[in-house]
Amino acid sequence: MCRILQITILMLLASVCFAQSVSRDEIRGLDEQIQDVKKDVIDLTAELAQLEEKLLFPSNTQASFFVSLAGDNAFSLEAVELKLNNEIVAHHLYTFREIEALQKGGVQRIYTGNVQTGNHPLEVSFIGKSASGKEYRASANYTVDKEVGPKFVEIKIAGAESAINFKDW
Amino acid sequence: MLPRLVSTPLGVALSSLCTFSFALGISSAAAAPVREKENLRDLFFGQALFQAYQENYFDAIVSLDTELNQYRRLDEPELDPFTTHYGQAEFSVGDLELSYRMHREAGRAIEAVLKGNVPQPVRNEAAYRLAKIQYHKQQPQNALHALEMIEGRVPERVRAEERFLRARVYMELGRFEEAVELLKDLKGESSLAGFVEYNLGIAQMKAGQEERGVLELTALGKTGSSDPARQALSDKTNLLLGYHLMETGELELARPYFDRVHLEGPFSNKALLGAGWVEARAGRFDRALVPWKLLQDRQATNEAVQEALLAVPYAYGKLDVHSTAAINYGRALETFSHEIDVLSNSIISIREGKFLEALRRKEADQVQNWVVALRNLPGAPETHYLLDLMASNDYQEFLRNYHDLNDLFERNESWLGSLTAYEDIIELRRSYYEPLLPGIDDKFRELDARIKLRIEQRDKFASRIEQMLVSRRPEYLAFADEQEARLKLARMREILARGPRHYSEEAEARIARLEGVLEWRLSTEYDQRLTEAYKHLQQLNEEIKKLQVVYHSFVRSRQAATHSYTGYNDTIAQLRSRLKMAQTKLEILMARQGTMLEALAVNELDRRRAQLESYQIKARFALADSYDRANELQEQRLDQRKIEQHRSSQPEALPQDNPPELEASTEEGDDA
Repeated sequence: MCRILQITILMLLASVCFAQSVSRDEIRGLDEQIQDVKKDVIDLTAELAQLEEKLLFPSNTQASFFVSLAGDNAFSLEAVELKLNNEIVAHHLYTFREIEALQKGGVQRIYTGNVQTGNHPLEVSFIGKSASGKEYRASANYTVDKEVGPKFVEIKIAGAESAINFKDW
Repeated sequence: MLPRLVSTPLGVALSSLCTFSFALGISSAAAAPVREKENLRDLFFGQALFQAYQENYFDAIVSLDTELNQYRRLDEPELDPFTTHYGQAEFSVGDLELSYRMHREAGRAIEAVLKGNVPQPVRNEAAYRLAKIQYHKQQPQNALHALEMIEGRVPERVRAEERFLRARVYMELGRFEEAVELLKDLKGESSLAGFVEYNLGIAQMKAGQEERGVLELTALGKTGSSDPARQALSDKTNLLLGYHLMETGELELARPYFDRVHLEGPFSNKALLGAGWVEARAGRFDRALVPWKLLQDRQATNEAVQEALLAVPYAYGKLDVHSTAAINYGRALETFSHEIDVLSNSIISIREGKFLEALRRKEADQVQNWVVALRNLPGAPETHYLLDLMASNDYQEFLRNYHDLNDLFERNESWLGSLTAYEDIIELRRSYYEPLLPGIDDKFRELDARIKLRIEQRDKFASRIEQMLVSRRPEYLAFADEQEARLKLARMREILARGPRHYSEEAEARIARLEGVLEWRLSTEYDQRLTEAYKHLQQLNEEIKKLQVVYHSFVRSRQAATHSYTGYNDTIAQLRSRLKMAQTKLEILMARQGTMLEALAVNELDRRRAQLESYQIKARFALADSYDRANELQEQRLDQRKIEQHRSSQPEALPQDNPPELEASTEEGDDA
């Protein structure tokens, strides 16, 4: 029965000894090949994304809208809706991970579309909650002045103040 | 990546420690990108962070790489808002690549920073990050070289982590005394609380300061926490010390360490088993039964529980309660038999590919501990048997890599579908624009000629006005009727000059008077007319500007129309071919990684099955032995009972001999 005790101690070794049947070189070689293919696919995806943007959203008509949070990190954004030219173009419900990412300073590209040069009315509304569970909602209007180049608009939501600020980039 | 093969409990501790420290490294890497929320100067950098914070490393790397490449191609990069984040982005891309298990790329990115002309603090941080990668790749010597590149002060936010890393590198290299010194200084560092003490204890024990090491680890083991990770570290420390002391024969000291392990935690089963063995080795089998009986009723797939199923009847046997021992051996045999069947079916399931199939399912992304949860799927293997294997860094890496490869494969499949859709779009655009464009081009050429003419006229006027500002040219400002009159008068002058005899002086005087009137008017109104002309030129410029806007807008639209369907075919064909090549590679690598995952899982299940079969044999022999002993005991008892019954059934016999007192007196009488 004392052998059982030894087995118990060896159990702790199990996590490091398991791979004995697979050769170390094989593992290393495979890992390096996986890293190479990851790099290839990353490069390829970047090129494909550029092709997609060029094809679907050429710079002379492209308008992109980004959502970010201002100030209070405890504010949880639940949903955002965008109306461009009086049509709903985006309605997003946020996951927990997305909320956290926004709270940490991430910026979400919520919508990319094509518009002609000139002025376009934009209406943004949001719903969210503070840490105490109080619900906040607000909406704001903005005029998107689309010129020849691509247009980037940041929608900065200050949840607890029920405010939405816009910034042209 | 490669696990260290160590054979002592301390070695185990050291290797387990890597799990803790690695987890710490990754979390800090993922959190590294931006701390200055308010100082974001580039939307696209923020977008990359949005992906990074959600641990969508692939998307984050693609975004950040694209940004960095575009920035490097700029003629005047310093004017771009991304400049503020450039250095941080270069680090972040390395961190993200590390989190995405692309160690080589991460190393290259950081080496590029080191080679660049950067300030010393940035260089120091880069050296630290490179060392972290080398350490993670289990190249402690290279990690130390990287750390030696650090000169002067390390940036505040990574200072403690740099020293902690240095200490761990020293430990890997067997320089425990130096590690102890560094770790002592780091005690009290809140971000590393627990990890520093754990490493310090191990380093002290390895450095020959056994007593201090045990004290250090004991103190750590006594700290409870509501945080599951901290509590697990504390439990692990107690378990380690408990087994270590039991190994060295200090049984009385070992027991309290096992008792301190949290009863609901991940190390509780091993602790209960250890607590029982301490008592059993001390010969107190009745006390050994307390933790073992508790363990006996837990999840039957656990290795410690299976061992307890044998240990409980073993203890009963030692206490001479052979019938209870036999009952418990019977229970153990029943469980082992069932579990051997489960293991055999699990091995068949893995060999049929159901394990990999389950790993590829969408839930793998969304359900926490999916690998464990997949046991609930019909036909899936019993993953509880794979928990220890899955908890190892290597297996985790294999699983993540397999999952990444599958994700990349699916992404590429989706792109292949998109490329077909893009070709359809391009074809539709071509069929729409191509018939329209020749007519539009003809009209445009006409308009273009007229526009050019007007622009030339404007330029001519502008140059005349410029000249008039320098030298007076009143005739340029004559109206149409005045120009006509001037021409008529000039012709009359010519006629007059050719035949002055035919005209009277009066006619000549009239011509002169008219010329004078005209000249007078042009001279006196010159300034006013020049101002008017200038104003008109300004108005004309406005109109020309509008015309040019429309002109350029048309040119752009015309170009956009062409660009919307021309020049894509080669690019799409090339990308499709590259995607297909990548898919072939991915399929091969997935198959290889999958085979490795399956082989390791099957090996583990085989090992557990072999162990159970060996337990089964032991239990059978022990069961037979217990029956024999129980029978023997029962027979003895029966014999005893028969003797007692026989005795009780006999009438009380008269004493044959005299009582001793009488015997004594008789003997005395005889002697007398």
